[in-house]
Amino acid sequence: MGSQVKWAVILPPSLFLVAFFLLPSLIVVLASLRETGEFGGLAPFAGAASLTIEAYRFLGGDLIYAEILLRSFLVAALTTVLCILLAYPLAWLIARSPKQRRDLLVLLVILPFASNFLVRIYAWIMILGPAGLLYTPFAVIAGLVYVHLPFMILPLYTNLEKHDPALLEAAQDLGANAWTRFWRVTFPLSLPGIFSGAALVFIPVLGMFAVPELLGGTGDILIGNLIKEQFLDNRDWPLGSALSIVLTVCVLFLAALAAWAAKRGLHGTEAIS
Amino acid sequence: MPLLELRNLTRRFGSLEAVKDVSLAIEAGEFFTLLGPSGCGKTTILRMIAGFDAPDGGDILLDGVSLAGVPPEKRPLHTVFQSYALFPHMSVAGNIAFPLEMSGKSAPEIRRRVGEALELVHLTDKADRFPHELSGGQKQRVALARGLVNKPRLLLLDEPLGALDAKLRVEMQSELIALQREVGIGFVFVTHSQQEALALSHRIAVMRDGRVEQCDEPDKLYTQPANRFVADFVGRINLIEVTVTSSSKVLLGLQSPRLGDIAATDLRPIAVGERGVFALRPELVRVHGHKESADLKNRFQGRVRALLYLGDVTHYTVELADGMVLEALMPNAAPGRAKFHEVGDAVWVCWRHDAGVFLRD
Repeated sequence: MGSQVKWAVILPPSLFLVAFFLLPSLIVVLASLRETGEFGGLAPFAGAASLTIEAYRFLGGDLIYAEILLRSFLVAALTTVLCILLAYPLAWLIARSPKQRRDLLVLLVILPFASNFLVRIYAWIMILGPAGLLYTPFAVIAGLVYVHLPFMILPLYTNLEKHDPALLEAAQDLGANAWTRFWRVTFPLSLPGIFSGAALVFIPVLGMFAVPELLGGTGDILIGNLIKEQFLDNRDWPLGSALSIVLTVCVLFLAALAAWAAKRGLHGTEAIS
Repeated sequence: MPLLELRNLTRRFGSLEAVKDVSLAIEAGEFFTLLGPSGCGKTTILRMIAGFDAPDGGDILLDGVSLAGVPPEKRPLHTVFQSYALFPHMSVAGNIAFPLEMSGKSAPEIRRRVGEALELVHLTDKADRFPHELSGGQKQRVALARGLVNKPRLLLLDEPLGALDAKLRVEMQSELIALQREVGIGFVFVTHSQQEALALSHRIAVMRDGRVEQCDEPDKLYTQPANRFVADFVGRINLIEVTVTSSSKVLLGLQSPRLGDIAATDLRPIAVGERGVFALRPELVRVHGHKESADLKNRFQGRVRALLYLGDVTHYTVELADGMVLEALMPNAAPGRAKFHEVGDAVWVCWRHDAGVFLRD
């Protein structure tokens, strides 16, 4: 392939990412270092000397922010674990069903996407309300799990479907019972699927504000709600930006940690992932 | 008592009878091969022995005890799969340790036996590698070590050399023979390659359409095929339609409508007028440039239609007077001479009267 063709292929997505991801991210970084305007938003830019870390100092000064961040991570982790537990048997069953039925089952998994996200959350309000569970932590977790379950099922199914059935036969032939076959063969080989599903669930849940806002009580707000509040309600853009940056750094740190762990612990599984 | 006995084994898939009334006995320490074209039922038999499939009729006995209802994980038999089926997330040592762990061996014993098994297949330096880092031949050897390490009563091998290239396959054949002799464990080997079967086995069962056509030692199978299918499937062979014209104690007179009279021998009582084929191996046919004075009774004139120079041997296709074609294999044993005849040369083909076999229809 000529280098011109290569550039023609690479350039459009690169430009898109620069314009709509890199630049906005830098704008947020910059915004977090500026001062609030008289009527909210940002004060007029007065040169590099006016940059301040006031917003970060404010965040560090009040434990409530660390607490909400920590709670957000715990909620995201709980949601992810519940998604894994619910999605695994389902993905396994789909992967094991006859070939012609698999597509239909996958279609059923993604069918909820056909209706609007908010409509589906409002449906949960109607389900949970009469049961007396609305505006509780349970409602938030149930909503988050419900919304993100397909993102766990699909990568897991894609992974499980590729498993060579001969491996399970080999394990059985060499003396492994059904339980051992799962834990020694199927499960370790599905870890790449679990990890991609976990990333697809964990990270969006961290930034989610609609579900806690609609289904949760006042004590259930997450970091996403906080960020949204700073921008839209308090109009403290530097603080909102600083919260976003802290969240992003935490996520990147976790992702790096996971990648490092995966590289060390998953030796060999890349052959099938 | 044979180690493994198949009694009237039958297996149906819908209306298809994949295995029909197969009875075989495999002795301890034997290298036994199931040979046949794809779809002949050989792999189905192997899967039934391993326990992955259950027979519809008949029984499988190990040491005289039926294996019916015993799941694969409880059978003291291990399988080497065609795709090797090595666990991709376990190292070579981890793969080989697996069956030992499953049978609850202690850690020091596992370590010792994995070491021995690695030594057996010459992979000691690859213990910490992962399957995707190995070549085809090395994967093959890991699969063998994994199958043998826990000392099964019998090792089942499902076309284990199929995925290897030609040169490696020949190397692995010698290794397999040496390995089997060293461990003394019975091998049941499935293949569609008659060359592999002949080279490796103590005994071969040739299968077609779910039935055993002949079960014999390799040389018997090759020189005394039981019928036209076995003759044709095992090795190259000339098959000539004949009618028996005379039959004395050993001498047999055959008449080919196209070739004329053929002199042959047979120890069996054969009646005059019987029809069948005369089967003649190409390496027993001589090709000469002149009519030899030797006392070969079977001599026919022809012309070289094609030849394949293979280095060690040359494979001639000779067209006889009435358009009939005979194949001949001649060793290139004369120093400095590559081949003896060219395409288009007028030649004589001849063979000893005890060279071929008569097979009844």
